Amino acid sequence: MAIPVTYNFRNLIVRKTTTIMTALGIALTVAVLLAILALVNGLRTTLSSSGDPLQVLVLRKGSESELVSNFTRGQFQDLKFKPGIARGRDGDPMASLEVVTVINLASVDAPDGMNVSVRGIAPAGIAMRQGLRISEGRWFQTGRRELVVGKSIAHRFPDARIGKKIAFGRGEWEVVGVLDAGHGAQNSEIWGDLNQVSSDLQRIEVLSAALVRAVDSVAAKALINDINNDQRLNMNALSEREYYDLQTRSAAPIEFTGVFIAIIMAVGSSFAAMNTMYAAVARRAQEIGTLRVLGFSRGSILSSFFFESVLLALLGGLLGCLLVLPLNGITTGVGGPNFSELDFNFHVTPRIMAMGVAFAVILGAFGGVFPAHNASRKEILAALRGV
Amino acid sequence: MTDNIVISTRGLNKEFIRDEFHVVALQDVGLDIHKGEFIALMGPSGSGKSTLLHLIAAMDTATGGEIRVLGQDLRALSDRQIAHWRNENIGFIFQSFNLIPVLTALENVELPLKLTNLKKQERIDHATTALQLVGLGDRLGHYPRQLSGGQEQRVAIARAIVTDPSLILADEPTGNLDASSAEEILTLVSRLNKEHGKTVVMVTHDPHAARFASKIRYLEKGALLSEGAVPAN
Ligand SMILES: Nc1ncnc2c1ncn2[C@@H]1O[C@H](COP(=O)(O)OP(=O)(O)OP(=O)(O)O)[C@@H](O)[C@H]1O
Ligand SMILES: [Mg+2]
Repeated sequence: MAIPVTYNFRNLIVRKTTTIMTALGIALTVAVLLAILALVNGLRTTLSSSGDPLQVLVLRKGSESELVSNFTRGQFQDLKFKPGIARGRDGDPMASLEVVTVINLASVDAPDGMNVSVRGIAPAGIAMRQGLRISEGRWFQTGRRELVVGKSIAHRFPDARIGKKIAFGRGEWEVVGVLDAGHGAQNSEIWGDLNQVSSDLQRIEVLSAALVRAVDSVAAKALINDINNDQRLNMNALSEREYYDLQTRSAAPIEFTGVFIAIIMAVGSSFAAMNTMYAAVARRAQEIGTLRVLGFSRGSILSSFFFESVLLALLGGLLGCLLVLPLNGITTGVGGPNFSELDFNFHVTPRIMAMGVAFAVILGAFGGVFPAHNASRKEILAALRGV
Repeated sequence: MTDNIVISTRGLNKEFIRDEFHVVALQDVGLDIHKGEFIALMGPSGSGKSTLLHLIAAMDTATGGEIRVLGQDLRALSDRQIAHWRNENIGFIFQSFNLIPVLTALENVELPLKLTNLKKQERIDHATTALQLVGLGDRLGHYPRQLSGGQEQRVAIARAIVTDPSLILADEPTGNLDASSAEEILTLVSRLNKEHGKTVVMVTHDPHAARFASKIRYLEKGALLSEGAVPAN
């Protein structure tokens, strides 16, 4: 049996100003960490839900993204009839040649404009994307200068709403629909008819990349090997899932910087907790002596002060979670796979909050261990004299 | 005869050595206290009264000689064992009460019982009984700052007796109290001695307080005067 926890709770309440200040310091540290984790998590969710492991993306050798890749119609004809490619209901191979470019659009946050991906795509390509739907308006029609915009684009770019006109290529394009791709990266793209877009961009023969669908996962592996080893084709194939996973590397510097800042803040706030606890030990020296006289051991003094520090930090951790909760679902953007805007949401998940609380507890433990040790080391008589 | 001896010291010495300072606080103290006695320890300031009480309670260790309390050689016990022994056998009353300010009267008194095997309800019952015994049955939920000095000291006494220790040690328990509160406390302590059979050692400056004791022993410059002897002045 140990010193009751009410003793610790009430002491935290009694010195409430110090408690709140210290807990707030810890809360801010936890909030920074959680905001970063939520951001990275949101980005990961977006990118990983964009990729289908059966779909194989084929790029020119040496290009890491669709935007810098070249793909001729001739090459596409060779690719289309490789073994292992699934066939659609019409009996044609499930393969889509696409063209991707970026255009500059004025957004809510950047009136000077931001880069947005435009994808020219054929009906076969649309059919290959699962989980897509038009949430407003309608699909573009082939042979017309019409566009559908991803829902994040529609949300953030005033010029990209239904009925508005976007100028690129040889003239103006009408926005006719809004595309909802769930959490997918396509929410941040603008789509138009393949032939219309490629002719406007004067890239009728040389397009960007191809997407093919394998029969099953074994075939997908074989297909990737086949393409990568085909000297004549000189292309680089990877699964769509892999492609997007590679793009999550763009999150690494953000994550690193964020965690680095959080650790520096953590050192600071854990010293603040330590300072608070040292002050508590000094102020309560006589109580420590009294508890010892009543029969409490050095060990129970140690655990009591240690627990109090952890409790203090826990309070800070929970406060930190409250601080970041409003971020949940807020949309933000970073440079995406195609060096253009990629929108995603902050994802404050229970797991991330648990990590924040655990982080706070570690802070509190670190800040509490020395003062608690100090409290337990006191000689009874010295403690009773208040030393 | 020996069974009856609760505290026994032989050639007890205590020196405080700090840098070049060298203070002899107790010198060759030989003392036997029998079960059921109420001893008042008197003597001028600095004569070693508190030091002797601390050695009896194992709150400090002697630098020489022997001390047995309740048949136990205190030097043979580990830190943990001493803590447990103190919880079971010693009730200590301080001059400055030393209640835990964030705990209520009841919680303060319940505190030493946390170290026993008693269940929550039993602890509350015991603590309530102890508070009733000191006349504070109606102040259970009060915090120390809501009590008078005399009441605080009575809570402290309840806390000292709640584990039913056989030895009560008090260091100037009335030193911070007005005359009438002091009277109440002394009456209470002597009741614990007479009605409950507790052996009491009480340090005091006050000759009136000492009169409640069954025996008065004097310390002078760390030496215990022989029984019946009174300091020269
Ligand atoms: N921790 C210590 N370090 C050094 N000297 C000490 C210490 N504690 C007590 N002393 C010295 O030991 C001697 C006895 O002290 P003690 O406290 O036992 O006296 P006392 O009789 O209780 O006095 P008072 O009536 O003032 O309480 C004194 O000279 C005191 O200065
Ligand atoms: Mg003294």
